[in-house]
Amino acid sequence: MIYKLYMSVLKEFLLLKRDMGGVIILFIMPLVLIIAVTLIQDSTFKTVSDAKIPILLVNNDNGKVSQEVYQNLEKSEVFTVITKIDGQAITEIQAKEAVFKGKYQLAIIIPQNLSADLQSKIDQNVGKILSNFGMADTLSGKIPQKAIAQKEVKLYFDPAVQMSFKNAVMSSVDKMISQIETKSIYAAFQDQLGEDTAAFEQESFITFKEIVPKVGNKEIIPNSVQHNVPAWTLFAIFFIVIPLSINMIKEKSQGTFVRLHTNPVPNVIVMGGKTIMYLIICMIQFYMMVAVAVFLFPHLGLPALNVEGNLVLMSIVALFSGFAAIGLGILIGTVAKTQEQSAPFGSTFTIILAAIGGVWVPVFAMPEFMQHIAKSSPMNWGLNAFYDVLLRHASIIDIVPEISLLFLFFLLTITIALLYDKKKRTV
Amino acid sequence: MFSLTDFTLSVFEGQVFGLLGPNGAGKTTLISMLCGLIKPTSGHFTINGLTYSENDTEIKKIIGVVPQEYALYPTLTARENLMYFGSMYGLKGKRLKEKVDENLHLLGLFKFADKRIETFSGGMKRRINLIAGIMHNPRLLFLDEPTVGVDVQSRNAIISYLKKLNEDGMTIIYTSHHLSEAEDFCTDIAIIDRGRMYAHATPANLIAKTHNARNLEDVFIALTGKELRDDI
Repeated sequence: MIYKLYMSVLKEFLLLKRDMGGVIILFIMPLVLIIAVTLIQDSTFKTVSDAKIPILLVNNDNGKVSQEVYQNLEKSEVFTVITKIDGQAITEIQAKEAVFKGKYQLAIIIPQNLSADLQSKIDQNVGKILSNFGMADTLSGKIPQKAIAQKEVKLYFDPAVQMSFKNAVMSSVDKMISQIETKSIYAAFQDQLGEDTAAFEQESFITFKEIVPKVGNKEIIPNSVQHNVPAWTLFAIFFIVIPLSINMIKEKSQGTFVRLHTNPVPNVIVMGGKTIMYLIICMIQFYMMVAVAVFLFPHLGLPALNVEGNLVLMSIVALFSGFAAIGLGILIGTVAKTQEQSAPFGSTFTIILAAIGGVWVPVFAMPEFMQHIAKSSPMNWGLNAFYDVLLRHASIIDIVPEISLLFLFFLLTITIALLYDKKKRTV
Repeated sequence: MFSLTDFTLSVFEGQVFGLLGPNGAGKTTLISMLCGLIKPTSGHFTINGLTYSENDTEIKKIIGVVPQEYALYPTLTARENLMYFGSMYGLKGKRLKEKVDENLHLLGLFKFADKRIETFSGGMKRRINLIAGIMHNPRLLFLDEPTVGVDVQSRNAIISYLKKLNEDGMTIIYTSHHLSEAEDFCTDIAIIDRGRMYAHATPANLIAKTHNARNLEDVFIALTGKELRDDI
């Protein structure tokens, strides 16, 4: 039996070896995928000076507030602020047209008299407050009485920009304006009370500090690589369903599958040969991707993947994810009649499993019903196990539920494939 | 495809039993059932007193199958294919290698042993297909149109080799559309059509029993008619 299994693995190896183009695609494409995706996603989060986003600023105010907005935007190192085109100050109409045509992703329109009106409004409010406290006689200046209309800072977005970018920018601008308002309120109080400028501290009283997990005394700060490498490695591992299902369909169309059914060899040996060979491929893919993330990423300006003390557990997760992917590949290869059925179905289904599994959008950010569906994706189990190992520093016991689910998925898909094949062969 | 109905048949040890019939007669269905590839919904059969439901592996050890398709891996060499299929029958080590070499010699393919199947002609593929089904010396060999699409030389080589195997004691169940080949090769013939058996006897008896028949082709036409079989 062992010899039959050995010969089955050898046969699968020879078949793969004779298709060098396929083997190269199998190993190179996941590497290209992981490098491209990590580079793109990393730059989304990182402030890289040479990757600044140009935005338009229409300054109809020309006062203190607009000056501060301009300075803050420049200081943010995310944007390059453009206020003039061809030496002429940009108008709102020009800005709107340029953004809606996709030449720029964002335009900020500062309304007229924003600084003066903000100051008047604050002076009014401060004056009212101080008067209510019976301090009207201490006011250093006269309180403006005229009604002041609300001001609106307009934002124009390129319709093609993603919602996440839009939300991030809106929240930054909102925060910036709030800070300017707060600062102005403090200044107004100081002004009206005639206090020294040092009397009010204008620094935020409440600050945030992220507490990250520690291994020993060393803080492990998650970065885009720690998130991306497991997610896309899993995605690549699951793409094994395509060559595996094609391999099985070829066996059916060539008639070798029929011959194997007439041989005194249990189906489990034939499937075992495929499972072992394709598991080896999955593991090679995995180690190649980890090697790229550890050794090549730093040369590309990306943080290196930190696998310190985690490689064994990561390998276990990759192995069980490989089992799940192989089970799916064998099922698709059994049910599909042609390569035209298996290849598009296999690739689309893998993408669906990745999408619902949280490879692109985190599961917690999904609608509630999708969060339930996400739990049924083997890619979600694998991803959680990888995150447990890499980001939550879990032990083998912690990942047992996830790897058990992955192995059960393998057993279930193989069983369905065998039963389907048996049923199909009944006349 | 017609399912098999009211079908009773016995094949004895040492026979070369020909299953003849037009397209869609049920020949491949019958062979597929006998090889354990498909299961009948009713009725039963035994091979050497054994049934697939109880002795699947035992039956598969004593039968050999040469399917209508080449049933070989095109990107593997002839030797790699034969080593693999031979090992599935339990052959291994020196004995497996000897069996592969011996059969390649006997069918004139030894010098092409390390060439890939995809480079072989139709006749060469048919011969490798045959070797893959007989390396383990089966007691009963199923051949589904083993000489279809091959040149006269390859056909001669295949039939001569099969005759030798039969002389050595191998029972053969065979389907073909080459009626003159069947007439020469088979000891017994059953003519089937639309899932039913129309006649069963030795080739000489079939010819003798049929009015005005000079050969097996006349018998075949007399029993199955001249109507074209273009059913889908």
